[in-house]
Amino acid sequence: MELDPVILSRFQFAFVVTFHIIFPAFTIGLAAWLATIEGMRLFTGNPVYRRIFDFWLKVFAVSFGMGVVTGIVMAFQFGTNWGVLAERTGSIQGPLLGYEAFTAFMLEATFFGVMLLGRNRVSPGFYFFACCMVSIGTMFSSFWILANNSWMQVPLGHEIVDGKIIPSDWQAIVLGPVMMVRWPHMLFAAFLTTAMCVSATGAWYLLRNVHRAEGRVTLHWGLALAAILIPVQMFFGRLAGLYVYKHQPAKFAAIEARWHEEQPATEVWLAWPDEAEKKNLFAIETPGVGSLIATGSWTAPVQGLSDFPEDDWPPVAIPFFGFRIMVGMGLIMLGISWLGNALRWRGTLETSRWFLWPTFLAFPTGFIAVISGWYTAEVGRQPWVVYGLLRTADAVTPSLAGGEVLVSLLTYTLFYTFFVSFGIWYIYKLLRQGPATPTVAVSNITPSRPLAYGDGIPVSTGSEGKD
Amino acid sequence: MEASSLALFWARVIALSILVYVLLDGFDLGVGILFGTTRDEMKRGQMMSAISPFWDGNETWLVVIGASLFAAFPPVYAVFLGAFYLPVLLMLIGLIFRGIAFEFRNHSRQLSWLWDHGFFYGSVLVAFVQGAAVGAMMRGIPTENGQYTGGAFTWLHPFPILTGIGLVLGYALLGAGWLVLKSDGAVRDWARERVRPLVIGVLVVLGLAFVITMTVDAGAIAQNNLDQRSWGIAFPAVGLLALVGVHFFARKDADSLPYGLTAVFFIAAFLTLGVMMWPYMIPYGLTVADAAAPEASLRFFSYAGFVALPIITIYTIGVYWVFRGKIGQPQS
Repeated sequence: MELDPVILSRFQFAFVVTFHIIFPAFTIGLAAWLATIEGMRLFTGNPVYRRIFDFWLKVFAVSFGMGVVTGIVMAFQFGTNWGVLAERTGSIQGPLLGYEAFTAFMLEATFFGVMLLGRNRVSPGFYFFACCMVSIGTMFSSFWILANNSWMQVPLGHEIVDGKIIPSDWQAIVLGPVMMVRWPHMLFAAFLTTAMCVSATGAWYLLRNVHRAEGRVTLHWGLALAAILIPVQMFFGRLAGLYVYKHQPAKFAAIEARWHEEQPATEVWLAWPDEAEKKNLFAIETPGVGSLIATGSWTAPVQGLSDFPEDDWPPVAIPFFGFRIMVGMGLIMLGISWLGNALRWRGTLETSRWFLWPTFLAFPTGFIAVISGWYTAEVGRQPWVVYGLLRTADAVTPSLAGGEVLVSLLTYTLFYTFFVSFGIWYIYKLLRQGPATPTVAVSNITPSRPLAYGDGIPVSTGSEGKD
Repeated sequence: MEASSLALFWARVIALSILVYVLLDGFDLGVGILFGTTRDEMKRGQMMSAISPFWDGNETWLVVIGASLFAAFPPVYAVFLGAFYLPVLLMLIGLIFRGIAFEFRNHSRQLSWLWDHGFFYGSVLVAFVQGAAVGAMMRGIPTENGQYTGGAFTWLHPFPILTGIGLVLGYALLGAGWLVLKSDGAVRDWARERVRPLVIGVLVVLGLAFVITMTVDAGAIAQNNLDQRSWGIAFPAVGLLALVGVHFFARKDADSLPYGLTAVFFIAAFLTLGVMMWPYMIPYGLTVADAAAPEASLRFFSYAGFVALPIITIYTIGVYWVFRGKIGQPQS
């Protein structure tokens, strides 16, 4: 059997990026959450914030470590498997990813050491500064990744000279209109992911009647944050949909499972898209709404897949279902966060077990939304790796044999499944165990000083190991 | 074709980043290698403590190198990673098992042996692959039109295997020097005892490599430029002197000298390779000028070198200062 390096490389990229994105989606929000909590502790001196901080720091350490190691793999994927892409578009993608390394990775990796092990070696103010640097690093990282990916989705600001892609307008590449919609969309997605996890953890403690003080604080913060963010996120999601309609009409048609041009266009809420027969089975649909969503008019015509050469069609099922799963998760987050804040306002949040259960069970909603949203965006861009410029089939490393990719794909599958399972298991154990009670040492490395908050005494700097 | 001044600037930045990476991640990889040679849990904990605050930042230099190559010399990035597809895979798996060990070994008593093995073998694997890549680069990598034209195992020869073993020993020497510098008591003495055998090991590998290139694998470094640049002989000479110095000072009560002089050895070895290969980035097919990205890309990216790099330098030094002194206390 002939092994196709393109298909196998695509599977491999999808696999390693899916495992990777779980961790940054969580840690971007968690880093900001930790910086906020540490700031609150500095500001109020309330010891409950220190216990919450120390607890989430341990969770952060495990997730961040896994984000780092799976991220290093990503840094090499373009070169190992997508050599033509790297060589052809390196003039644009290279500097964007280069800036990520220079502005984000070094920042977060270096201050991560201080955050994890330096509590007793620096002043409280500097420690807070280190937390902020880690958080800013994670956000810078998402900025450059989204700038890069937005350029792959809607390439602009370049010209083609002698067949080479030459950047001509960096402002359009880095701060283009598509980027300014998609970056906030990703950032809020990460914040929401963390907010739902934090809320779920708080709900879990209240359900089990343990760590009530910490559980209440985390639940309140998480639900309040989610309630504020989710409408903003939906607004940016709507803007992201409009850029797809404008710049990637074939992807838009695939997301909507619209096979032919329609006027007025029908909105297919749910169906089974039959890609062989080019039609939808078991469709639940409403006439006119499709036009409204795409154009704002009930009667405007909307293009379908048959308006484009079949060579340029993306797969239909993955963008169609991916988009609907993402929106569904968003609606669950909306329902839980708004209902939760209503209950809190009435003062019955902590006692409403019927509400705490779904809040606890909603912990993966953010992850599912992030992954299904990315699948929608990336699979919907096919058959292009850089939309309209370079086809995925032409982008693979020419020297690569199918057998090599099979070996690497199996290796990644085996090892990732193994260590990510353990990582998630350890995070689960940490979450189940919960924050340390005030009288017990918190960290296994730095002794906690739960009664010494805000005392303003400069913390000793590493004298314990001096000669 | 002449390389533009921006292309030369980026070639220098990348060369410097590789050197910084080797000197920094070299010591924590080396500590990982030494970690596997003792079963004493107290020593192991202390060894981890001596590198925990630094390893992540050190390793990130590798990403900086990869990203800078992608940005400034895309064909080099594409050819290098294509040529070393399977070795790079092994290195990445090694880096994963190293990286997770720092957290995972504290979270499981029953399985800590597994993460400890992963930490040791991961470190050895990463060091070996990097050393083998250097050897394979010295032998030359076949390219055409900015893409790699060899096969999956073109790199595999006795000479790269020898250089791989050499770098495992060399990093272990850096690691031993670091433990002497940053830890105290039994671990410092233990590390100090390992310095001399490791120096001898590195010297043996260097001698064997010399013999191989003179005899069975005469093509290995035939195309290098050292013959035309006889002044370059100064670098291997300094390197050898530094190694002899490490050997000499190993038993003296000067905790910074083993690491410092090993670093001098690595710098000299790096400069020797530079003299042999310059101006080739992929020997002997792609030069700095051939591989440079368009000026518009280099110009935009140059702020990373002019602005971001000095800031990185400042806060990296700052964090090393925060964790100054002897820090290798055992983790409980």
